[in-house]
Formats: sequence, C-alpha cells, structure tokens
Amino acid sequence: MSPKVTEKIAFATLRAIAFFIVLCLAVVLWDIFSKGLPALTWEFITENPRRGMTEGGIFPAIVGTFYLVLGTIIFALPIGVMTAIYLVEYAKESWATRMIRLAVVNLAGVPSVVFGLFGLGFFVLFLGFGVSILAGSLTLALMILPVIITTSEEALRTVPRGYREASLALGATKLQTILFIVLPNAMPGILTGSILGVARAAGETAPILLTVAAFFLPRLPNSIFDQVMALPYHLYVIATQVPHADQSIPYGTAAVLMILVLGLNLIAILLRTYFRRMRKV
Amino acid sequence: MSSNQDNVAFSSNQENAEEPGDKQKKLLKNSSRRRKAWDIFEKLSEGVLFVSAFLGVITVILIFLFLFKEAVPLFLDPLSAPTLTAKNWYPISNPHIFGLWPLIAGSLIVTFGAILISVPLGIGAAIYLSMVASPKVREILKPTIEVLAGIPSVVLGFFGLVVLAPWIKDFFGLSTGLTALTGSITLALMALPTITSISEDAISSVPRKYMEASLSMGATRWQAIVTVIVPAALSGITASVMLGIGRAIGETMTVLMVTGNAAIIPGTMLEPVRTMTATIAAEMGEVARGSEHYHALFVVGVVLFLMTFAVNYIADLVSRRMKEVE
Repeated sequence: MSPKVTEKIAFATLRAIAFFIVLCLAVVLWDIFSKGLPALTWEFITENPRRGMTEGGIFPAIVGTFYLVLGTIIFALPIGVMTAIYLVEYAKESWATRMIRLAVVNLAGVPSVVFGLFGLGFFVLFLGFGVSILAGSLTLALMILPVIITTSEEALRTVPRGYREASLALGATKLQTILFIVLPNAMPGILTGSILGVARAAGETAPILLTVAAFFLPRLPNSIFDQVMALPYHLYVIATQVPHADQSIPYGTAAVLMILVLGLNLIAILLRTYFRRMRKV
Repeated sequence: MSSNQDNVAFSSNQENAEEPGDKQKKLLKNSSRRRKAWDIFEKLSEGVLFVSAFLGVITVILIFLFLFKEAVPLFLDPLSAPTLTAKNWYPISNPHIFGLWPLIAGSLIVTFGAILISVPLGIGAAIYLSMVASPKVREILKPTIEVLAGIPSVVLGFFGLVVLAPWIKDFFGLSTGLTALTGSITLALMALPTITSISEDAISSVPRKYMEASLSMGATRWQAIVTVIVPAALSGITASVMLGIGRAIGETMTVLMVTGNAAIIPGTMLEPVRTMTATIAAEMGEVARGSEHYHALFVVGVVLFLMTFAVNYIADLVSRRMKEVE
C-alpha cells in the first residue's frame, strides 16, 4: 500500500472516531431530552412529590439544589478569588507558595466521594453541624475551590502588566491597584470560572450524599441546619430505590438537571467568547 | 511610604497660610488621613490573602488527618484488622469480614476497561482535532466534546441504567446488564473529554517546524504524525491518560448505578462488580457511627485517596517534565 493510501485510510479512521464520540453524546442527549422534556409540566416543577415519590413533582429538590449552590458559592468564591490574588500579586517563591500550589493541584484530584467522607467526618460530626445545608455547602465549596482558583488565576494573569504599572505610577497603592484596576479587568474570567464551579456543584451527588441530602422531605428548609432534597440525589433515589415509579419522573428530573448544568456551562462558554472578542477590539 | 511623608510635610506647610488655604488644608488633612487608612489596609490585606490561600493547604492536611483518624481504629481492632486482606467483603455478617481485595479488584477492572475504550478514542480524536480537521470543524467539535464533561455523573449513570444495561444484557445474552463492562463504557464517556482536550493541547503545542521538516523530507502528513508529532507530544498524552485514570477510579455515582454492586472478585468483564467508591456511597448511609463497619469504610476511603493521589502525582510529574523539555 502506498503511503498516500495509508494516509487516506488513517485520516478517515480518525474522522470516524471524532464523529463517533459526537454520536455517543447525541445519543445520550437525545435519550434524556426526548423522554424528559415531555414530562416537564408546570405541576412537575412546582409540586411536592407524592405517594412515595411515584407521583407529583420535584419542587423541593429544585429549591434544595438552589440553596446548596448559593451556599457553595458564598464560601468558595471569596476564598478562591483571594487565594488567586495572593498567588498572582503577592506570592514570592517560598516553601509556603509551593505548598499552596501543591495543595490546589491535590484538591483537584481528590475523588468526590472522599470529599463526602471528609465532610461527614469534619463538618457533620466533628464540628457538629449535623446533616445540613451548611455542611453540604462547605463540602461542595472545598470541591470546587480548585476550579475557581485556577480560572481566577488565569484571569488575573491576562491583565496586562502596563495597567498595574500605570496605576502605581499615578500614586495608587498596591491594594488600590488590585481593587480598582486589576480585579475589574479580570472580572469576566473570574465570572466564567465561578459559573463553571457552580455547574459542577449543582450536578455532584457523592459529596452531598453523606452531608446534606434527604431521601424524601416534602417541605422547604427553615434554616441552614436543615436537610434538603437535591436534584442529583433525587434522580439517584428514584432511579434505583423506587421500583414502580413512572419512567417520566426520573427522565423529567434528569432533564431539569441537564438544563440547569448544561445551561450554566453554555453561559460560561458564551461569556468567555464574548469577553475575548471585546478584548481583541 | 515616602509619598505619605511628603503629604504630611505639605499639609504642615499650609498651616501658616491664611484664609483661602483653610479649605484646602482640611482637604489635604483628610486625604492624608485616608492615605494612612489605606496603609493599614495594605498591610492587613496581604496577611488576610495569605491566610485564605493557606486554607487550601490546611484543607488537604485536614482531609489526610480525618480519613486516617477514622480509619485507624480498625487497624487497632484485633478481630477486624486481619480480615482486611481476606477475599470477601461481608461487612454485616458475624463476625465481620472486611476484605479489601474484591473492592480494589472491582475498581481496577472497571477503570482498566474504561481506559481501554477511552484512550484510543480520545487520542484519535485529539489527533484529528489538532492535525486533520479544518479550523471550522475544530471550532465546532471541540466545545461539543467538552459538553460531555459537563453532563452530571448521576445522569450518565441513569442513562447507563435504563438504556445501556438492557442493550448489554440482550447483546451478550446475560441475566443482568449491570456489569463491569457497563461501568467501563459509562466511565469511558466521562474520561474521554479529559483525555481528548489535554492530548489535543499537547499535540498542538508541538512546534510547526517539526511537521514542515518532515514533509520536506518527503513524508506524508500521516507518517509525520506517527513518527514525529505524536512521539514529541508523548509526555502530554501520558499525562492526559493518567488524569483520565484518576477521574475513572474516583468516579462514584455512575459505577454505583450500573455495575451491579456485587462484592466478589470478578472473573470477566461481564460480571457484576463493586468498586471502592460505590461501596462508600452505598453503605455509609446505613452504617452506625463508630462501628467497625464505619471505620472500615474510612479504610476504603484512605486506600482510594492514596491511589488517586499517586496517579495524579505521576500525571503532574510527567506534565512538568514536558514543560521542562519545551
């Protein structure tokens, strides 16, 4: 076989592989949305589950996920951004800086269920928060911290040096420069990272399994020490533990979760392209 | 600091000036006071920022400490500790047997299957994206494959449970579709975006002149890719595979839902297995706090943590060497 023919066959194979992956994605999306979207009625979204979760809606799970995500971002965003600022603007090469970087890399690799175990051992039992929104949010916050730190770091580094120097030359202090010049310019990148982190927190099940999620709790939480239902855990429960549920209920839950998570991802991607284009102009 | 002193000196000069300077004096005094406030902020902020950055380090140490703290009692228990090396995981029988082998074997076989599927596909797609596809196709395909990474694991698990498992059951004529293979396929879907995007970065960062030099020697593009480009990007590709492995070992919900959860050492890919992650997720909810079973699950957590730590460490090492070579 001549090299030209080999090349043709090889490239065709590669193309087939790439489109096969897209096909797999399409099959998953098609299956979830074609069976899930018809289940999305107003009642399904706004009502409590009934009859052992074989009927009714998923309202408490939607609210629960909303509270969890809100709590997560309240903890993770300030700490993540402040860490990124320290690493980019202040850190000198020292053992402490090296340890911080090593810790961020390690945190990113810890399996989600191990975060769950840690949340159970530390927040739920040791600090006595109980199985609660507070414990779950803190656990999720630790999990998405590396995402927020690395994306914020990247965003801070793209702010040109000249901006900082110009600000300092006008007599601004370092902190003033960071607050009024660097941060506003890095905001789009930080925003994108936070949305990606939120999307990840909204879709995760293993960390909340042990720290917050309620099997069945058809009411809304009163305080941050309450348990809540959450969308991903609810999907797991009705798919595996409720044998006679109508298929439309898990499919509907999956569709809501996918719309939420993929929607957030899409917003992040669009924001990133938009701001990149702005910067070029 | 010196500008601050200038300010003070300037305002004290103004003290001797008459009438119209009064307003100015007040303004300057204010601004110098404000300046002093900023100076205090300045020093405080660096400290606060350092503390918040160090929280990450403290978290990692705390995770280590708490996993070990809750795992140690089992090692000290004279009845349970020797059963850790047994071939069975019977946590609620009497006496308990906490043999880790079936769980470790379960995790390894599912991960191995996932890597076998996702490595050729992921690297193939990466080569296609970086070397073959036109810019337009790449621009559409790249984010599309990244969507795969955004799908929550529990949704993929659900898909595996209601769609994939029946397919596998019918195709192989099995009594159940919940097998190691089902887990491997869903995990492969999850590891694919990681492997594709990091390999693609590695291949794209090989200097253009490598390709140009090969072509000018009379090689076809494909020959250049196989003999020059891919070897040059090998450390990046290796790192992507390691990260994919780390993702697959640590993944919980999909394997919990589709692998059938039988804690036996599997003979083939077509039998149910139970991974370490699934064991923790499934059993921790029902276990009495402080019992041997509770501590045994933390032992599983420690083993899992150490394994992913090792895999991620190798990935980090390899990718750092790649940067040094550049």
